Amino acid sequence: MQALYAQLLVGLINGSFYALLSLGLAVIFGMLNIINFAHGALYMMGAFVAYFLLNLGGINYWWALIIAPVVVGVFGMILERTMLQWLAGLDHLYGLLLTFGIALIVQGVFQNYFGSSGLPYSIPDQLKGGVNLGFMFLPIYRGWVVIFSLVVCLATWFLIEKTQLGAYLRAATENPTLVRAFGINVPRMITLTYGLGVGLAALAGVLSAPINQVRPLMGADLIIVVFAVVVIGGMGSIMGSIITGFALGVIEGLTKYFYPEASNTVVFVLMVVVLLVKPTGLTGRAA
Amino acid sequence: MSALTDDTLPMTPRAMRDEMIVFAVMAALLAAVPFTGIYPFFVMQALCFALLACAFNLLIGYGGLLSFGHAMFLGTAGYVSAHALKVWGLPPELGIVVGVAAAALLGLVTGYVSIKRQGIYFSMITLALSQLLYFLYLQAPFTHGEDGIQGIPQGHLFGIFDLSKPLVLYYVVLVGFLAGFLLIYRTINSPFGEVLKSIRENEPRAISLGYKTDQYKMLAYVLSGTLAGFAGSLKVFVAQNASLTDVHWSMSGEIVLMTLVGGLGTIFGPVVGAFVIIAMQQYLAGFGQWVTVIQGVIFVSCVLLFRRGLVGELAHLLRRSL
Repeated sequence: MQALYAQLLVGLINGSFYALLSLGLAVIFGMLNIINFAHGALYMMGAFVAYFLLNLGGINYWWALIIAPVVVGVFGMILERTMLQWLAGLDHLYGLLLTFGIALIVQGVFQNYFGSSGLPYSIPDQLKGGVNLGFMFLPIYRGWVVIFSLVVCLATWFLIEKTQLGAYLRAATENPTLVRAFGINVPRMITLTYGLGVGLAALAGVLSAPINQVRPLMGADLIIVVFAVVVIGGMGSIMGSIITGFALGVIEGLTKYFYPEASNTVVFVLMVVVLLVKPTGLTGRAA
Repeated sequence: MSALTDDTLPMTPRAMRDEMIVFAVMAALLAAVPFTGIYPFFVMQALCFALLACAFNLLIGYGGLLSFGHAMFLGTAGYVSAHALKVWGLPPELGIVVGVAAAALLGLVTGYVSIKRQGIYFSMITLALSQLLYFLYLQAPFTHGEDGIQGIPQGHLFGIFDLSKPLVLYYVVLVGFLAGFLLIYRTINSPFGEVLKSIRENEPRAISLGYKTDQYKMLAYVLSGTLAGFAGSLKVFVAQNASLTDVHWSMSGEIVLMTLVGGLGTIFGPVVGAFVIIAMQQYLAGFGQWVTVIQGVIFVSCVLLFRRGLVGELAHLLRRSL
């Protein structure tokens, strides 16, 4: 039973990353009509920023949680201003190709300087150790990742679904021209949205640094799984992305326990099953 | 909907004549390669990738479907052909047939899953499916995991042509490439191809005209996958191995890159693109990971600066369809 709970926890952690990343993808797709292939590379950058902060500047994990998303978010906004904005009105696939190119550049540069092996990033002192829950031993850091990710996901949902700013955002997704006519600076909102989505990816990167080590290709395979998550859940609903992300993480964890050989394919197999049963994805909106 | 090629020219007799002339020049140049001292292995490799890119282009350039998992056809056909040649001891022609059949079957299965979803979802699904296959091949015993299938016997094609002789192999690969190319050319200019282009330009309208667009897209997808598989089977004879590299997502990305550089939706673009990218990899092999960075830069600049690609820009300049 211990092993089952441990795998469930690993599943929840992976689910947190799936949720944070697919959430960002959905927000970006809503505003920019672009599938951000660079999402995995920017997730990796988040982890590297945390690594640099600690090893070069002596700045600890807690500051990194704030600084890394901001740094990567600003980097993303520069990308949006200098490149992505020129794709407005073109076929979706150009956005995919452009961001794929950006991902290759970012990952290639990091691979050049850091090779393919992992760099260690230690767990902050306050979160070291673990607690015995009676039925299992819970490493505190892992529990923290799950709870913190959940809070961030829900905060993002609240921001978009329940606030004034979010209302502008949703309106601009539906009809940018009309929203502009009301005097709202839509291009600036698009830039900020991209920054927000990318910042969420970077945050996931910081969270994963102490667990998965910091590697240049840490986001490359992850992003493909996240694509499958997005196909399963659809990009129409924020809450849908969050729930699908966590659920798939848990299912993956269970697979690791019951049938480990299939653990790295289970999400893809589920995607196939969902497409066969309900071709529009679980949350329904056709695209 | 969107226009991938903003200047789709109607097929005129003059355009047809132009294309036949360019094709004849291309075939003559390629046939002359062994007499020029150019390393034939390099050209054979480029020809396999050129056919692969042409097959991919059939789907995106004429059907408007961006498959981000086309490496799965290359790799699957490669593995199956390699296994058939080495373990079952089949002659080359049957080895190719088995590999191509496997790719066709894979096209049917993955097409059934993915073709109902449009646009960007289709790209993500094909990418995820190819990643699924990658993990399956990583674990399957017959692929020998990280090592791949090595030391594949080349044998005698039809019992006559000794494929272990570079010159013979070169012309066999060339004939295979030209045959695949002509089949794609014929498809593009057939009534089927015209319907496909109409789906690319405006799918709802094609549906309203009574075309079952899903069936057309499915056929294009299977055909594209089958031809990509043919390229994979030919490549087995050139490289004499089949490995995980051929199924990896980065290979799918390279296929997209070749076609993009040459020109999406142009007839000769993918061939030019394949030669450019393979040559680049050859000459920059010593630069390690910078090759990836350069590929990324090419991606970005193609999308931002010249979306028509090399051949597309040239055709636009000459006001011809190439």
